[in-house]
Amino acid sequence: MKVTILQFPGTNCEYDTQHAFESLGATTEIVWHKAESIPSNTDLLVVAGGFSYGDYLRSGAIAKFSPVMKAVATYAAEGGKVLGICNGFQVLTEAGLLPGALKRNDGLHFISKHHHLRVENSDNIFLEKLSNGDVVNIPIAHHDGNYYIDEAGLQELEANKQILLRYTDEKGELSNPNGSVSSIAGVCNKEKNVFGLMPHPERAMESILGSDDGVRMLQGFLAS
Amino acid sequence: MTAIVNVSLKAGVLDSQGKAVHHALDSLHFKGVADVRVGKQIVLKLTETNRDKAMAEVTKMCEEILANTVIEDYKIELI
Repeated sequence: MKVTILQFPGTNCEYDTQHAFESLGATTEIVWHKAESIPSNTDLLVVAGGFSYGDYLRSGAIAKFSPVMKAVATYAAEGGKVLGICNGFQVLTEAGLLPGALKRNDGLHFISKHHHLRVENSDNIFLEKLSNGDVVNIPIAHHDGNYYIDEAGLQELEANKQILLRYTDEKGELSNPNGSVSSIAGVCNKEKNVFGLMPHPERAMESILGSDDGVRMLQGFLAS
Repeated sequence: MTAIVNVSLKAGVLDSQGKAVHHALDSLHFKGVADVRVGKQIVLKLTETNRDKAMAEVTKMCEEILANTVIEDYKIELI
């Protein structure tokens, strides 16, 4: 399994992401944003977290014009599996590969803490190692994680089972840290081959560090 | 020619910063404020001298990058 991880100026989670996937046996390659193509043997393309271009203008707004993003769009259009974590999620929404947008957190603070998430739809190539209703403990670390989509868009997400994760407490009851519409923590595209989430599963790989619930999530990303 | 672009969250999209500023104004006893919206201003010095062409070009810039039209509106002023 080959995981390709994108690196923009300001990306800061590429090595954690690499470490996490390699600990599960994957081979990885970090690709600089100036690249004009994606390595042909890529099984999973990850847009890693961080602060691409210092979050100038809007989070992800400048990164979407990096040379590699054309290749990402082509890769996704051909059915390639694309995962955006945190800033990667913001980049994918800005690029129009995922619906909605990420706004400043309602409380206006940067939030960095463990949070529980409930699996809403596991019937996809990303969360197949989990079941609907499963609750996982995964860290969040963002300033602009307040997911927004209009009412019509929300209904469409629901109908197509594109909402994959919601913020909850440890019992699985909704608990919204940042004001996201419908407590949404992660969504996929209609074709279900592009997935973005604000939480960081690659930071939940060892129980000694707070949680190893990220292992099952990453195993799912690597499966099939 | 100079283009002044004002970008702000769409009506109906909760503006948390505006709300916080409103709250602060209220704490300072400025009671006559019904609502506050916080946006950003982008000033572009253009080489284009034709107003129509400049407006068309800046509109394109707003649609492509300066605003995220999922959540934001923009207004362009040419001076």
